[in-house]
Amino acid sequence: MNKAVIAANRFGLGARPGELQRIARNPASWLTDQLGGPSRLPAEIRALPDSASVFGEVQDVRRSQRATKRDEPADDIVEKYGRVVRRHYLEQTAARYRTAARTDTPFHERLVHFWSNHFAVSADKQPLPAIAGLFENEAIRPNVVGKFVDLLRASEQHPAMIVYLDNQRSIGPDSTLGKRANRRRSEQQFGLNENLAREILELHTLGVDGGYTQQDVTSFAKVLTGWSIGGTNDKGRFADGEPGKFEFREIIHEPGSQYVLGRKYSGRGIDQGEAVLQDLASHPSTARFLATKLARHFVADEPPGELVDRLASVYLESGGELSSVYEALIGATEPWLDAYAKYKTPHDFVISTLRAFDHVPDNPRFIVGALDLMGQTPFRPGSPEGWPDTAVQWGGADALYKRIEWSNTVARVVGSRVNPVELGDAVLGSAFNPETRKAVSRAESLAQGITLFLASPDFQRR
Amino acid sequence: MLNRRDILKSIGLTAAACSVPGFAFADTDKRFVLVILRGAVDGLALAAPYGDGNYNRVRGELAIPDPGQSDGLLKLDGLFGLHPSLGAIHESFRQDQALVIHALASPYRERSHFDGQDVLENGASNVGALRDGWLNRALTDDSLAIALAQNTPLVLRGDASVTSWAPSRLPDADDGTLRRLQRLYANDEFFSTRLEQALKSQSIASGAADMDDAGPRGNEARQFAELMSAAARFLTAPGGPSIAVVEFGGWDTHANQGASTGALANRFQALDDGIGELRLGLGDAWDRTAIAIVTEFGRTVYVNGTRGTDHGTATAAVLVGGAIKGGKVIADWPGLADRNLYAGRDLKPTTDIRSMFKGLLEEHLEVPRSTIEQRVFPDSESATPLRNLVSV
Repeated sequence: MNKAVIAANRFGLGARPGELQRIARNPASWLTDQLGGPSRLPAEIRALPDSASVFGEVQDVRRSQRATKRDEPADDIVEKYGRVVRRHYLEQTAARYRTAARTDTPFHERLVHFWSNHFAVSADKQPLPAIAGLFENEAIRPNVVGKFVDLLRASEQHPAMIVYLDNQRSIGPDSTLGKRANRRRSEQQFGLNENLAREILELHTLGVDGGYTQQDVTSFAKVLTGWSIGGTNDKGRFADGEPGKFEFREIIHEPGSQYVLGRKYSGRGIDQGEAVLQDLASHPSTARFLATKLARHFVADEPPGELVDRLASVYLESGGELSSVYEALIGATEPWLDAYAKYKTPHDFVISTLRAFDHVPDNPRFIVGALDLMGQTPFRPGSPEGWPDTAVQWGGADALYKRIEWSNTVARVVGSRVNPVELGDAVLGSAFNPETRKAVSRAESLAQGITLFLASPDFQRR
Repeated sequence: MLNRRDILKSIGLTAAACSVPGFAFADTDKRFVLVILRGAVDGLALAAPYGDGNYNRVRGELAIPDPGQSDGLLKLDGLFGLHPSLGAIHESFRQDQALVIHALASPYRERSHFDGQDVLENGASNVGALRDGWLNRALTDDSLAIALAQNTPLVLRGDASVTSWAPSRLPDADDGTLRRLQRLYANDEFFSTRLEQALKSQSIASGAADMDDAGPRGNEARQFAELMSAAARFLTAPGGPSIAVVEFGGWDTHANQGASTGALANRFQALDDGIGELRLGLGDAWDRTAIAIVTEFGRTVYVNGTRGTDHGTATAAVLVGGAIKGGKVIADWPGLADRNLYAGRDLKPTTDIRSMFKGLLEEHLEVPRSTIEQRVFPDSESATPLRNLVSV
């Protein structure tokens, strides 16, 4: 396999027709040149509203729900809510996949998807379906190149993350509001919610074996009390702050110093939490955890240990500078070896298919439906861990059958318009196995040939 | 050119195949269904220890009224009551076909879902200690297993061949294309084994085709009932699997979990409906079926600041089915007094969940004890198999 093919498929999102020739001149610099991102944000993404305004819209629908003054929300309100959320979800999903299908900086785009999955906010809890795609564009996209701590801070302070991991509900027991409420012995108790603190440690920075304790989780949760969103919540409390934006609320912040990972944090307010994030970002466990995930994503399910070591030390030496890590990855030997290959996720499969045909369906439901069926509903990994990144978790028998069925559906749609042998030559180049090429060329129809090509091991791996 | 029937014949799934060794099928075969509830079920809500003097105190607004009261627990014995949404399971309990095992946990003692599920399913004492699943290691040459899921869960992954199936909404690829793919995949084991398994499952599931036409998927609760109904069809198909694994998520109740009613109660209702579907679909085979309903760990004893519960340790499991010797609660009850809590916050584990699995494998599926100890659950001497779980 030549380097252009690997650059296009393993680092990129799959070749579009003509792309392999453009890359061939200098595959490594084709990749490094992308680190600045596209010169201009794609029009589809520019056209999206910002998350604060979507929050506001969703909240308005909820408020009209309260106005009915019944225990059960009125049916038409539930329906309206669903309609609003669905519209935003489909718009954002369409923008994401259209961008991925057309971009000239597919390596950069893959990094956006990688980090968006690392900081997963799953659209299975309201109102996340309406904002998960905006989280990717607002918190992740501007920060995939730069210091990891900036990406970390932007992600943890995005309203989508705050709401997804319940942090706006977490109240310091000794905070002004916590003391007042618990003195009144209202039937509802106020207290900590550990969710955000735990997931930052387990999934975003140190990793589950990164050397923290339950006590660290609890202390860190106290540090993070007050990290909230502005505007009225669904109970009508908290009117201050800009609606739908990150807001630090002193009134529920646990006062005093906290110890996290043996270190004392005596800073006040939001500074305390940001200081912890800073130290987490420069922790050796974080370096190793991120290096492992990157190497797994770009090289192999069982990433070569030497490469992980190298990426981790580049991370630490550069002070968590992500572009240095990417450059080390591009400069390494391992990603360019034929011996390694990744079984595509359904997400990779769908995007690379769209790129191969240089076609984006008008109706985003075609994409959502396909990914849903293949087990990877957009923006909905189902947990803060994000989607798995190894073949064993995508390699079910039924999952493969679904890929075949979808290949068949695509073939039925584009069938007679594309020659699958030419298509294979254009997008797989030297990775198009002669045996596969022969089988495709012998298909009884162009449509059948396309099914065989898309479902072939050659196309299913990257 | 071969048609679909020929393909099925070539992979051994037509009537003639029943005589092929490995597909030997007598309707006296025992069935086993493992239901994995992902997300950590609150065992104190599943089977509440209303007879424990501390129960109402620690549970506060999440406490469920005693049996006999309005929205009250369904009585199991003087100490425990089942959640009011679990009516079908309780009915089985009253018929001595369901039992509850309480204060049990896997050997895992941390609080990560992903690691907890890893240990629950790999059957070892530690995260990542084994890369395949205990149920896969328990399979023999003539026990066929299926995962009712898009992708096979860890508990069924391993050397033994298993299959998976999930509802499809797309049109089938035609037989000719499938034949060509079989040939194209011939030199690639990863693809060829999976396609063969998928084709077997497709043929068995075709009885479930009408379910595919129900349009866009509704709520997950209905999907779970549909999965259980499909599981029943697989488990009663001649030459079909005798072991099934079904997953059901959404149990991570950090906020507003509710008591007699609410979010968790709705989940329990869906679970209960699913068990009802399975019983209905199994017909006479119910009498030879054992269903184990398990989760990765429990939740905190005390209610958190958001009227939910956080990740804990011990929880409860339910065994139900015609083969279960039920009507009892098995628990070495540690108590809910603060001094008795694990790490000062969780229900203390007194039974290793592997004790339950080992008892079921030996008594119900007749897996030899040496296989269980050496292969299925190595490193588990301390977990003595629980006895008298099934009516032999």
